[in-house]
Amino acid sequence: MNITLKVWRQKGPNAKGAMETHKMTDISGDMSFLEMMDVLNDRLIRDGEEPFAFDHDCREGICGSCSMFINGEAHGPGRNVTTCQLHMRSFKDGETIHVEPWRASAFPVIKDLSVDRSSFDRIIQAGGYISVNTSGATQDANAIPIPKVDAEEAFDAATCIGCGACVATCKNSSAMLFVSAKVSQLSLLPQGKPESKERVQRMVDQMDLEGFGNCTNTGACEVECPKGISLTNIARMNREFMKSSLS
Amino acid sequence: MSNNGLLKSSLAKKYMMALTGLFLCLFLVGHLLGNLQLFDTTPEGAVKFNEYAKFMTTNPLIKVLSYLTYACVLFHVVDGFVLTIQNRKARPVKYVVEKGSANSKWSSRNMALLGTLLLVFIATHMQNFWFKMKFGTVPTVKGTDGTDLHDLHAVVTNFFNPVENEYALFMVIFYVLSMATMGFHLQHGFSSAFQSLGINHPKYTQIIKNLGMGFCIIVPLAFAAIPVFLYYIQTAH
Repeated sequence: MNITLKVWRQKGPNAKGAMETHKMTDISGDMSFLEMMDVLNDRLIRDGEEPFAFDHDCREGICGSCSMFINGEAHGPGRNVTTCQLHMRSFKDGETIHVEPWRASAFPVIKDLSVDRSSFDRIIQAGGYISVNTSGATQDANAIPIPKVDAEEAFDAATCIGCGACVATCKNSSAMLFVSAKVSQLSLLPQGKPESKERVQRMVDQMDLEGFGNCTNTGACEVECPKGISLTNIARMNREFMKSSLS
Repeated sequence: MSNNGLLKSSLAKKYMMALTGLFLCLFLVGHLLGNLQLFDTTPEGAVKFNEYAKFMTTNPLIKVLSYLTYACVLFHVVDGFVLTIQNRKARPVKYVVEKGSANSKWSSRNMALLGTLLLVFIATHMQNFWFKMKFGTVPTVKGTDGTDLHDLHAVVTNFFNPVENEYALFMVIFYVLSMATMGFHLQHGFSSAFQSLGINHPKYTQIIKNLGMGFCIIVPLAFAAIPVFLYYIQTAH
């Protein structure tokens, strides 16, 4: 198939960027979107031009590295997929595809399509952990009885890969889905309970500090999330934050 | 307690947005129930409406509620303004292509715009009736017990009478469009308020959403029917 690509080109964090057009011919529908980008970059290198910088790692949808805002949607038109799991057959022959980096003040562009998502790391550092003694006498987690429903809900929240699609797709660049998934994953389990009060406060504080926007419950994040993280997590965080603020 | 606290955090701003919004939903119900009396076109109906208006402007409990309503509107507007400014700042560079329709309702993405239009309506609406009642000269009529009553009923009916008011048709259209705006604002706002307050449950959320859909259709429709009705009965013959 033949497509026209319009890709964001930005030399560095403070440089002014613009869309750059590239014609792609003989693209296989079975290529992943990243493989198609590889073909483009390969050609650019051969022609002595600068290839496009983009993040990628596992290429099997579990690392959360690949980003890209494709044709107005985070990770493109697919549902419950990352960009590496998006295939070119999802597009029409002759289509023009716009490729942009995640856009949020908390995710500054490093180069081209690559953004700095370390604000997520700082939110995790603020409270996304449990303090356990690792001296060797740690209790086996499997020995603690946990209701099936709680375990399932915690696991669903834990499938968040921290890719940032929620922020990218949110019209307010809000990180509520990410933060609430991390808060939920820990607070639902007995190991996370002792610190649950401080955790939600610290993580929300850090989220606000990083300059993410406010949640307006549009629900776009839930739709675009490659792992299908649910809005119920946001409601849970809203409850937890209220409870811990009042007590 | 955190150093961020219940006032400065982004979540707290959303709680306030939700609480003030839900209070205003209650206000709408009360306001609508009172206004439905305008469908009674008999002279007794007019007296009843004027007596109701007197009660609403003099009862101390209603006074307290009305101040609470003003406070809620003010807070909802200021809070919404602050949130919108922050949200704009969170994305300084816009996308070249953004397909919001693929993942969210139009109303949910345009609450600030809808809210601003509603604020314009509220200001106009208060100028049309409340201001006249409070500061203008409203004719008086005798109530059932012989006391003087402000004839608000006449003010309202004349306002939507093309003979009395040359802009009557324009105002009817403006009121109907404003109620459509309110419908869209409520379509997202009603159920969104519950989500902001952390009320999300696999069983009950669907009920809240259905309730919200019902509310956002029935309430604005009933409000909009009033000017249409008053205009119609005063032009038909």
